[in-house]
Amino acid sequence: MVLILAETQKGKFKKTSLEAVTYGDKTAQLLGMESVALVLGSASGLEELGKYGATKVYHVPNQSLDNFDSQVYAAVISEAARQVGAKVIIFSHSALGKSTAGRVAVRMNAGSVSGVNALPTVDGGAFRVKKGVFSGKAFAEYELKSDVKVLSLMGNSIPVAGGGEPAPVEELNLDVPPARVTVKKLERVEGITPLPEAELVVSAGRGMKGPEHWNIIEELAEVMGATTACSRPVADTGWRPHHEHVGQTGIAIRPNLYIAIGISGAIQHLAGVNNSKTIVVINKDPEAPFFKAADYGVVGDLFDVVPRLTKAMKQFKAE
Amino acid sequence: MKLLVCVSKTPETTAKIAFTNNNAEFDSSGVQYIMNPYDEWYALVRALELKEALGGSVTIINVGPAANETIIRKGLAIGADEAVRIDAEPHSALYVAQQIAEYAKGEQFDIVFLGKESIDYNGSEVGPMVAELLGLPFISHATKLEMEGDIALIEADIDGGDAQLEVKAPFVVSAAKGLAEQRIPNMRGIMMAKRKPLAVKPPVAMEDLSVAVHFTLPPEKGDVKLIDPENMEELVRLLHEEAKVI
Ligand SMILES: Cc1cc2nc3c(=O)[nH]c(=O)nc-3n(C[C@H](O)[C@H](O)[C@H](O)COP(=O)(O)OP(=O)(O)OC[C@H]3O[C@@H](n4cnc5c(N)ncnc54)[C@H](O)[C@@H]3O)c2cc1C
Repeated sequence: MVLILAETQKGKFKKTSLEAVTYGDKTAQLLGMESVALVLGSASGLEELGKYGATKVYHVPNQSLDNFDSQVYAAVISEAARQVGAKVIIFSHSALGKSTAGRVAVRMNAGSVSGVNALPTVDGGAFRVKKGVFSGKAFAEYELKSDVKVLSLMGNSIPVAGGGEPAPVEELNLDVPPARVTVKKLERVEGITPLPEAELVVSAGRGMKGPEHWNIIEELAEVMGATTACSRPVADTGWRPHHEHVGQTGIAIRPNLYIAIGISGAIQHLAGVNNSKTIVVINKDPEAPFFKAADYGVVGDLFDVVPRLTKAMKQFKAE
Repeated sequence: MKLLVCVSKTPETTAKIAFTNNNAEFDSSGVQYIMNPYDEWYALVRALELKEALGGSVTIINVGPAANETIIRKGLAIGADEAVRIDAEPHSALYVAQQIAEYAKGEQFDIVFLGKESIDYNGSEVGPMVAELLGLPFISHATKLEMEGDIALIEADIDGGDAQLEVKAPFVVSAAKGLAEQRIPNMRGIMMAKRKPLAVKPPVAMEDLSVAVHFTLPPEKGDVKLIDPENMEELVRLLHEEAKVI
């Protein structure tokens, strides 16, 4: 059995969780197993996960699970995994996955790989799976030798497969230990796809000269439905919020499209973004190192080029 | 407060990444090493600030060979009181976590700090594993941490936002940007570090369940296609028709 933890946010399954369910289903097919999903806490529309490949959805509905505590989650997920006989347990490489997958690996005596970016291969009994290492500068293939395996899936690594049938839902009655971490408040940036999930990203750097010019970046992002990001010095000087900082010491992302505006392309910046499918660089300096990592380049003054690009995008959207 | 900071050694951020032995091993020849930035800049400094404000001690622990002592001494120079090195190659996250937990078990630390991830294997796994092995709460990606008695008020990054959390010590926490400001060791710190205790302990034996067996480099990018800055309609067309990303 392959067990996938599906996370919800505001009553809807997160895109990264739908990717994980798709990934779990494909992994199960490789292993000749079934894939089932697990949902913790208040949630509705659970049968929907069947459309993405889950043959069954288990639900632990205890409201206390709406307060996330990795220790409690690890205990509940491990117990559910034992009850259903899970051999592979899959998380998203999300904030929740990052703090829980390692705990579950310890509890289940499982080998684990975090942030995998491709389906596993099973060759003569050897279970191998790939992930990005050295902040995107290389890939490593891991071999897992344990009976039970724990994986967390990097966002945007696999397209979500829809089109299946709704799945039956079964409640699991499990002991939920008391939480030791209390969530006092959650603040989410409203209406914007978080960076790790974003398919389109518009990012800007020190070439912007100051925070007062960011309206041209926001306008382009809005027309495209993209999420905004920035380079480290921009976040360090407080021009932009630090959760927009991408790179080796920021968030590592792999969107379909990364547009870098007024960013030189230092190796530490590239580390977090060079696995993007397509990279566009807009820079007035033809020698900027970023052009070597780009698919499309525009040599020009961003203050002219960006408004022109926004206009062209608007036209394209209108057609 | 009794504080433990886990530090790892990583290649310097501009290091050329290459592999040897049929791409089965990282090629360390000519590579400069640093203390993992998240451990040094945020975890260690926040621990030192807490000690300065509330009293207590800061111990740093590293799982690694004798060559790692340069990094450990740097941590002492920045201000940690003492250090422990577990004398073993850090093969996997679980292996490292087991060694740290084995040491921490007998010591009753109030807080165990680590960086949110190491910049080489980018796992974010050691923290939650140490917490589970010690039976402690774990908070990841902390950007703010204040103590009120034995209660910690923590702000942490979550996907697309942040969370305000409360937890009673003892606990394990991983540090993200914002938790503290980088400190540069001064001459006095460097001199004092030479005399601070650095204990070397043997590892506990365990089996690795997950091992990296093969490495690859990303495919080389082809040449960049330059677009006339006057003609952004052409860029949009290419993104739609050729790259198929919009
Ligand atoms: C340990 C370590 C970790 C780091 N981690 C990160 C990280 O995670 N992320 C990160 O981003 N950086 C990181 N850095 C910093 C990195 O080395 C660079 O300093 C940083 O990325 C540069 O940011 P930038 O490109 O915005 O600014 P700059 O390097 O100043 O580049 C600005 C660019 O804008 C262009 N420009 C200026 N005006 C215009 C205009 N009018 N029109 C068009 N183009 C214009 C310039 O030609 C230039 O290329 C790290 C550094 C270290 C040492």
